[in-house]
This record gives sequence, C-alpha cells and structure tokens, in this order.
Amino acid sequence: MDLIWEGIKEAIRLLLTLDREVLSITLLSLALSGLATLVSLVLGVSTGVVLALNRFPGKRLVISLVNTGMGLPPVVVGLFVSMLLWRNGPLGMLHLLYTPMAIVIAQAVIATPIIAGLSLAALQQLPSNLRLQILTLGASRRQMIWMLIKEARLPLLAAIMAGFGGVISEVGASIMVGGNIKGSTRVLTTATVMETSKGNFDMAIALSVILLLLAFTVNAALTHIQQRRRPR
Amino acid sequence: MNTLGPVLLEAENLEVYRGETLALQLPKWTLRAGEIMGLIGPNGAGKSTLLLYMAGLLDPAKGHLSFDGTILQSTSDFAAYRQRVTLVFQEPLLLDTTVEQNIGVGLRLRGIPKAERKVRIKESAERFGVAHLLTRHARELSGGEAQRTSLARACAVKPQILLLDEPFSSLDPPTREALQQDLGRMLRDTGCTAILATHDLMEAACFADSLAVLRAGRVVQCGPVGEVVNHPVDEFVANFVGMETLLVGVVRGCESGLFTLQVGNQEIAGTGDATLGQELTVGVRPENVTLSLHPEGETSARNCFPGRVTLITSRGPFLRVELDCGFFLCAYVTGRSKEELGLAVGCPVFASFKATAVHLIRK
Repeated sequence: MDLIWEGIKEAIRLLLTLDREVLSITLLSLALSGLATLVSLVLGVSTGVVLALNRFPGKRLVISLVNTGMGLPPVVVGLFVSMLLWRNGPLGMLHLLYTPMAIVIAQAVIATPIIAGLSLAALQQLPSNLRLQILTLGASRRQMIWMLIKEARLPLLAAIMAGFGGVISEVGASIMVGGNIKGSTRVLTTATVMETSKGNFDMAIALSVILLLLAFTVNAALTHIQQRRRPR
Repeated sequence: MNTLGPVLLEAENLEVYRGETLALQLPKWTLRAGEIMGLIGPNGAGKSTLLLYMAGLLDPAKGHLSFDGTILQSTSDFAAYRQRVTLVFQEPLLLDTTVEQNIGVGLRLRGIPKAERKVRIKESAERFGVAHLLTRHARELSGGEAQRTSLARACAVKPQILLLDEPFSSLDPPTREALQQDLGRMLRDTGCTAILATHDLMEAACFADSLAVLRAGRVVQCGPVGEVVNHPVDEFVANFVGMETLLVGVVRGCESGLFTLQVGNQEIAGTGDATLGQELTVGVRPENVTLSLHPEGETSARNCFPGRVTLITSRGPFLRVELDCGFFLCAYVTGRSKEELGLAVGCPVFASFKATAVHLIRK
C-alpha cells in the first residue's frame, strides 16, 4: 500500500512542479499523435467521402476492410511499419526507423481506418437526397462535397477524437518503430512501460495520470459537443 | 393561368434507368415557358425520376434534353443548366444552420455579393412567410416552417424552372393549404415555369395549366387540365383523375353532337362525336351525379335512372355512394343529403346526371 501512496504523492509533486522531463514527454506525445491524427484526417475523410458518394464493384469489401482496420492491433502495425522502415526494407533508405517520424507513420496507419470508417458512417447518416438537394441549388461537385462535410461536422469531430484517442494511448507500435529513445521518441505510453519495468512507480503514475487527463479531456470535449446538438 | 411562351424544355427519345430498371421513358415531352405542369401518377410511376432528370441530376441511358433550344451534352452544359433549375423535395432538406443562411445558400453558390444576397433573402422569406424566422436555427423549425424555408431557398435563386416533388405531402391540412396559396401566388406573380409532382389530383388541378399522367415510367396522357380530367384517354387515367364510373356500351343513336349509348338495358345520353354502332367507353364523375327520391322531371338532366344503393363509404366531407342502376354508378353526396334522403344500403333512389357530364373516353 505504501508503495502506491508514495507513488501517488511523488506523481502529484512531479505534476505540480512541471517536471521538465514529464513536460517534454507530454508535449512530444501531443505533437506526434496530433500530427498523425492530422494526416489520418486528410486520408480518412477522403476515403470516407469516396466510399460514401461513389458506387463501384467491390465497395462492400472495401468498407468491410476499413471497418476491420478500425480495430487494427497496434503491435501488428508496429511490426509491418518496422519491416518497411528496416535498414534493408523497402523504405530503409529513408532512415526513418527509431525517429519520431516513424511513430507518426505508424500512428497514422492506426488512425486512418478509424477516421475513414467513422466519417463514412457520418456521411451515410445524412439524408440520401441532401446531396441532390445541394447540387440542385447550383453547387459544383466539389462544393457539394465540402457542404456535406460541413453538415456532418459533429460526427466527423467525434471521428477525429476517436482517432486521436486511439493513437495517444497505443504503446505497441510506438515502442517498436520509435524505440523509446529519451528526448527523441519517448512518449507517454512507452515511458510508462519503461518506468514500471524499472520499478519507478512515481514517474509511471505521473505519466499515467497525464494520459488519463488527456483521455478525459478528449471525452469531455466529445460529450460537450454531443450534448450541444439537440435532437430536431 | 399564365400565358404560355415558346418551348423551354424538351426531351426526346429519353430513357432513364434507376439501377437496373427502366424508370422513365419519354419519346417526346415538352414544357413551355410559363407553363405549370401537374405531374400525377401512383407511387413508383416515375414522377421523382422525371423531376430528378429535369433537374439535371440523372444521366439518361438514351436520348437528350434541350433547354431553350440548345441540346445539353457536356457535363458543363448540365452544370450551367443546374444553375437555372431548382428542385424542391418532399422533405425540406435544410442545412444545419440558420434560416437566413439556408435561404441564401443558392445565392452564395452563385457568387452573388452580400448586399444583394440580403435583399433577395428577405424578399423570398417574406414571400413564404418566414421573414420573422431568419435568425432561427433550422433544427428549431416546425415541419411547415421548414418546408416554407425550403421553398424560399429554391425561389431566392429565381430559377427559370421550379421543380416541386410533392412539397406538401408531409404537411398537415391547414399548413398545407396556407403554403399552397403562397406558392400559387408566387407562381402567378413571377410567371415562373414549374412542374409539380403530386398524387393529389385537386392539388395539381388548382395549380397547373396542364396535367401529365405517369404510369410505369411513361406519360399516358398529357394536356390541359380540363381535357385530362374530363376526357381521360383510358381507364387508368380515368380512375386516377377521379372519374369513378366507367361504362362501356354501343352507340344506338347520334345527332348534332348528342349520342345515346346502350349500357346493359339502359340508354345513356352523352355529348360528343360518335358513330352509330360504335363501342364506346364513357365516364361520369361522381360529383356530377345527383340522387333524389323521385324522378326529377323539371331538371335539365337528360339521364335519370332508378337504382338501388349497394355501398356507402365515407370520403372525408362527402359520402361515396355506389348504386346499381342496371349498371354501376358512383355518386358523391353530402352528409346532410344522406340524412334528407334517408340513404341506406338497399334503398331505392333515382340517380340523374346531365348529358354533358357523360365524358367520352377516347381509345
């Protein structure tokens, strides 16, 4: 019991004094997962739009693949991205393995299907004639797509948060492709794993609390938006 | 009734598929400038397909559409055409923003500057009675207000052709009537060309100059409202336009625009050109049949038959009475005359109708 209590007290001290290392790990986590989410946003929403607005053979299969991808295990992504970026691998010449960029790539691979699947669902839940209604008001196809995205903005926001929540909390891929290098690829989750294995529970608890706070903030924002949208 | 201008929209040899099924087939179809065409037909007859196609939203499998004398071919032709035509759907389909933004969306898409946009939004909102709701959010509107906003949004862009796909069918009767009046006034004031799809004949009849009756993707009959309502080309149209009594008989006599038709053992007088011995179908609208307890000697009705009531059903404010007069006859009476006549199933009554109420159905 003492161990846990001491750990919590030390964690509070680390948080309140804004410990340099804790702060830098937190900011790096936010930056890498934020960038990965941004990349996934572009790729995922585009995929969602293409799937929602077009009819083509094999569409159902593609949607099933995207939906499966929403539950992609981070370790599997870590394995494949590692192999791709390995020195002798197909993208080895880029020398990206064990760099922050490798984490961004792996996390984008994890978040893209999540955002694609949820944005497809968001667009499909719009009335089916809305697309035609916008066109008949004089919109070009591009304007129509932009207006549909704006109409689905609230569920799309939820998709972004789900994507971000998925990557900020994953550890498998980050540790495999990033290597948990201090000051370079050490993020909240990989640091927590390391500190726990070293028996530094105070640090591990401090990092976990920050992670939980981030998760809470994301969920609170999501809930706020959901509640703001009153039913028609 | 608007004065009709030259042909504005013309379809030729048109075939439109929805999925695998041939949903619309128009060998030749025209809409004149200023014309208001009512489009009637049962569900699935192709009314929506016709409107979607005329709105430039569907690709034809065959044939073409010409607007103002020019055949529409390229994607950019259709894009330009879509700027001149607007479709209003049955559901309001408003955007998730304010009423003002909704009404202005077509204007913004056309790059109209803000100052002019404001004027036109206000004008259109006033026309449809939503000027006091401009700052309201679309989610907070009632069904009627939402549909008014949808119509105001369509009219704000001053379309050359306004397409209306059953815009009133999801509204309650008082709301519907008020909105119908506003739309009617707007159409008269602007001289806008329009197509109104509906399954309500009365609605079509009170707006339209002409009626097109659709069945299974084809226009069965198209012409001025009076002509379609009174001279349906076949039994399908006759049924659809409310001509409930259809009688088949042989012409026994004809002179100076008047003919007598033998139906069963009875002879019916009608007006129109017929030839002796010809087999004819005639229709009688139920509202043109009068019921009485005694043969009416002094009225101008040439047709008067004794009969027996076989069925009485309610039709809202009216009662629909089916009679056996040696042939089937259907009449509408008010609740009050039912009481006065003491109508009940099995009752003997006299049914009379004028010769001019007997409409020849061309085959």
